[in-house]
Amino acid sequence: MELGSLQRRYIDFTSALFREGFLDNQYTQLQQLQDESNPEFVLEVVTLFFEDSEKLLDELSRTLDQQVVDYKKVDAHVHQLKGSSASIGAQRVKNVCMAFRNCCEERNQEGCLRCLQQVRQEYFLVKSKLETLFRLEKQILAAGGSVPVLW
Amino acid sequence: MERPLLSARAEAFPAGLRVLVVDDDPTWLKILEKMLRKCSYEVTTCSLATDALSMLRERKDKFDIVISDVNMPDMDGFKLLEHVGLEMDLPVIMMSIDGETSRVMKGVQHGACDYLLKPVRMKELKNIWQHVYRKKMHELKEIQTHYNNEDINILRYGSEDLDDRNLTDGITNISSARKRKDVDYKEFGDQEFGDSSRLKKARVVWSVDLHQKFVNAVNQIGLDKVGPKKILDLMNVPGLTRENVASHLQYRLYLSRLQKQSEDSTSGGNMPSDLVNNDNVANFELTSSTNMQQCSEHTKFVGTSENLVQGIIDDAHIGDIKKIVPVQVIESEKGLISDIPSSQNVNSVPQLSALFSFKGMTPGVEEKAREPTTPKHQTLHDGAPRMQFMHYPGQGNCTMLDDYSYLSSSDQDHQVSFSLSSSSPVISATVSNEKDMKDLSEMKPVPTDQRNAHFAVIPPVACMTGSVSLQIKHGMVHSQDAGAICKLDGSPNTKGFSTEQIDNQECLPLTCEFSPKSEAELDSLPADLHLCSIQKFGCFEDVGFGGAENFQDIISTPDTQVQNDWYISSELSSDYLYETVDYPLIDECLFA
Repeated sequence: MELGSLQRRYIDFTSALFREGFLDNQYTQLQQLQDESNPEFVLEVVTLFFEDSEKLLDELSRTLDQQVVDYKKVDAHVHQLKGSSASIGAQRVKNVCMAFRNCCEERNQEGCLRCLQQVRQEYFLVKSKLETLFRLEKQILAAGGSVPVLW
Repeated sequence: MERPLLSARAEAFPAGLRVLVVDDDPTWLKILEKMLRKCSYEVTTCSLATDALSMLRERKDKFDIVISDVNMPDMDGFKLLEHVGLEMDLPVIMMSIDGETSRVMKGVQHGACDYLLKPVRMKELKNIWQHVYRKKMHELKEIQTHYNNEDINILRYGSEDLDDRNLTDGITNISSARKRKDVDYKEFGDQEFGDSSRLKKARVVWSVDLHQKFVNAVNQIGLDKVGPKKILDLMNVPGLTRENVASHLQYRLYLSRLQKQSEDSTSGGNMPSDLVNNDNVANFELTSSTNMQQCSEHTKFVGTSENLVQGIIDDAHIGDIKKIVPVQVIESEKGLISDIPSSQNVNSVPQLSALFSFKGMTPGVEEKAREPTTPKHQTLHDGAPRMQFMHYPGQGNCTMLDDYSYLSSSDQDHQVSFSLSSSSPVISATVSNEKDMKDLSEMKPVPTDQRNAHFAVIPPVACMTGSVSLQIKHGMVHSQDAGAICKLDGSPNTKGFSTEQIDNQECLPLTCEFSPKSEAELDSLPADLHLCSIQKFGCFEDVGFGGAENFQDIISTPDTQVQNDWYISSELSSDYLYETVDYPLIDECLFA
């Protein structure tokens, strides 16, 4: 794909992500933080997020799978996940976490399980979106161009 | 950090601010680190609170500010906050994705200087330096206040060696200390204000020569017209300030009054016991020095009660001690105390203690608060002389804090007590060192044969070493020569006392004013006195370093006025002591 269309595609894709609420302003902040001294900053941060989140999701599954569910623990994990998602601007994940916390408070196991499923869904969705984004960026750079700035 | 780096960093401030970030979330840690780096700060990250604490403990001066997340697995963020505040006294900023009011409030309660909501923006981080700056300014101000106190402290009496050279030195240092306040913040990195040894020198020393000049000046002016400014002008001592003179004047007057009281007669003009006083002063000086030294060991700020306390008391209280409120002249139209609205006040604060610490044996002096208000306090109430009872925190003053301990002091054991004669004198002033203070705790007001046997007795507060506590056993004073001295002792445990009120106060100025009044009114005096003192304490937080005006509001006791003939200067002729019509005026001025 030639540079021009790559870049156009990038712009469209990114705009859609924001429009659909997958990403929010925090992600833009991260992009702004990236500079020559650290050209892979956003990628590094998002990678950290992926690692951390998946660990948390596993923990959540495990905790909710217990005979006697420790809701405090569940809540703690969800809180963490909420914080993490907020760090990169994964808005939809964050929103589900908020609902998830309510279920924990109510000690609603079913509700919690449902939320867990939802949050996993949102997480993997945003993960794939971001991976696409990074791929596009790589392609643009490989084609000798520069990644368009959307702010 | 090496000196040169320190200065360089200080000059570049806020760039180079050393930040410690604590967050268990690796993503946030990375982001924050990046953001802070972009703000030109020096960042250290930590994902465990326990690690952070050990890092901080290891090198206390390695960081300027700490930013921490609230929710952490190994330690609650609030706990970390507390620890840092207590042990290192660094500003701490809390962060959380949870912005619930209750959480934020909790953060503030635990001492956070700010609470940021995640996601944190760079612009918020850009301004965190203000917390560091604010803290430094606050500390500088406290040193400044301390200096002002020092400035007026009379520390060495009768010491032959001391001459004007020391005086000048002291004053020079005072000036430089004062200038320090205006110094650009960038110099803070040099840890100048941490240099206690320099600060210690700021003292006014009243040598024999100087005192003689003082006496001459007073005599020259005429006892009825005496005033600090006039004395100062006449003395013509370079470098001597009006404050110095004012406090010295009060000191001498008080001494003579003591003398007069103890002799239960007039005249005697001479200083009760110059020797004794000198000894005491000398001893006190020793003690003060000791205090200073001790203080410096413990704190950066020498001499301030706060620091003394800090050094001695468990750090937990440091936060409580904001500053020492030096003796302040309390201007009041009414007599002392009294008019305390409700006696409940008394009950609710059983442990109030008016720490009347006097350097040596007499009211220590100083307070620039006092000095400037001197002229103002010329108001007479009902034309009756007003006795103003000053409380001088002085060195190592008693504090209203809970656990303060006595600083070790020299073995002086001077205790002077005298009771006002009169038919029903109930007032006795007991000046003792801290050892005595302990005894005083048990001591009850000397019951005399007054009509009114209630005494407002507040268990004595342990004063810092060297501080002389003036216990005023309150009672009735109705006779001409009865001076009213309130005995206000605070128990060492002022916990009972609503510390919220005196949060920021250590030694509170206490001015009791009495003017003659009917016996009936006098009956209520004790309670009033008691109340007043408590009242004062309650208002101390409002009283800054020069908040005499505040007291004016507080003290409104038109009813309790006892004639006092306190203002007796031993050097001054006794004639003027009681006979002059202008006596009241003198009182005002002397004790203003």
